[in-house]
Amino acid sequence: MNALTRAVLSFWDSSIGKKILVAGTGIALLLFLPGHLIGNLLLFAGKDAINEYALWLHNAGHGGLVWVARIGLLTVLVVHVLLTVQLTVRNRAVAQKYSYPATNRASRSSRMMIWSGLTILAFIIYHISHFTVRIGNDYNGTAYLTSLPGHEGDVHNVHKMIIDGFSHTGNTVFYMVAITILCSHLSHGFASVFQTLGLRSRKSDLLIARAGWAYALLIWVGFLSIPVAVLFFGYGRT
Amino acid sequence: MNFTLKVWRQNDGDSKGHIEEYPAENIPIEASFLEMLDIVNEKIIGDGGSPIHFDHDCREGICGMCSLTINGVPHGRENGTTTCQLHMRHFDDGDTIWIEPFRAGAFPVIRDLVVDRSAFDRIIAAGGYVSVRTGAAPDANAIPITKEDADHAFDSATCIGCGACVAACKNSSAMLFVSAKASHLNHLPQGAPEKDRRALNMVQAMDEAGFGNCSNHYECEAVCPKSISADNVAKLNRDYAAAAVRKALA
Repeated sequence: MNALTRAVLSFWDSSIGKKILVAGTGIALLLFLPGHLIGNLLLFAGKDAINEYALWLHNAGHGGLVWVARIGLLTVLVVHVLLTVQLTVRNRAVAQKYSYPATNRASRSSRMMIWSGLTILAFIIYHISHFTVRIGNDYNGTAYLTSLPGHEGDVHNVHKMIIDGFSHTGNTVFYMVAITILCSHLSHGFASVFQTLGLRSRKSDLLIARAGWAYALLIWVGFLSIPVAVLFFGYGRT
Repeated sequence: MNFTLKVWRQNDGDSKGHIEEYPAENIPIEASFLEMLDIVNEKIIGDGGSPIHFDHDCREGICGMCSLTINGVPHGRENGTTTCQLHMRHFDDGDTIWIEPFRAGAFPVIRDLVVDRSAFDRIIAAGGYVSVRTGAAPDANAIPITKEDADHAFDSATCIGCGACVAACKNSSAMLFVSAKASHLNHLPQGAPEKDRRALNMVQAMDEAGFGNCSNHYECEAVCPKSISADNVAKLNRDYAAAAVRKALA
């Protein structure tokens, strides 16, 4: 085994190395969310805008870009989840409980990171099955094909799929709960990235914490605006 | 003052411990927490029982020997205070007080409230020092050090190695201790030549000693009797990453 392989393996095995990888993959996921949100918000720009955007996503780089993004995100997610589960298993094995437990400073969000994270993982699996693979619905059917100005032939009607998806109360409530849990996860995760990468100091502590809350709030409001508009205000349903 | 104590009793590391209740009666208001335990122990010994074992040494808040998790908080609820400097006037007459050892897998119980913190010694032996020639003391101002660096190093050096950070951590992580000891030396020119080796070796020793991983809860910072900042943890993360990259490319 050469020196480089040894160094990489010992980094992967060490507590700080694992945490740095969790933070690095966390940054990728933190950057993905606003991109995904901006795409989703095109729903409010009308049917053609979001359908055209969806078509562009699928055709970009001769249809290769979307797969590069999917494989990249899947890799990032697998590393993030695998390492956090490993870290948690180790923590549970070495920590001991008090007969009189107390918490001094740790926020509720920070203490439920593994549970919020696993709930988000379950949601991601459901979300991809629902809107990407389209299992258990007829979103792949001919009823979800439509025309697009300036484009020959039919395209997938993402607009109708989203409106129909969020017209179902059960789906929508689960979506809203999952997004809320995601934002709890982000509120701690955002600031943690800075601490784990050594970019936080006492001077910047409050600024980073506030930026984390602001980011989580923005993501929460942005993603919830669509199901709220569709289910509660009938947006796109008439 | 009168209190009801709920104290962890455990014969040795192999036996199962339990909480036992003791009355603490006629405690002077000026008594420290450890003096209160001394009074309770005298009564237990007078009644023919086995006294409550607990660690202590200087009783001046500087040695890092006293421990105790009091009502779930290592060294008790008073900020920046060791157990020996905690006084009974901070409690209310009639309070029930839970007293447990510093709990962590890496701190096995020796007896009652006494735990083995030698894992910290192994971490220090792995890199918490500077290698210097012995002989006459060097001139104090031979190596210029900025006031800021000296202050940072001194703040980190005030860590007394008591282990409260580990005891407060939900993951039993020793990151605040290790980072304070590493930062103390990494801030100074005398520590610079061994900076990378120190970061890598101390973290490896920490992991091998059976401590958990930092989850950035900052419970350690909240209970530290010397108010060591979690900035040290950020610095150690940074130093470790840089050292790992340099080692991989060397």
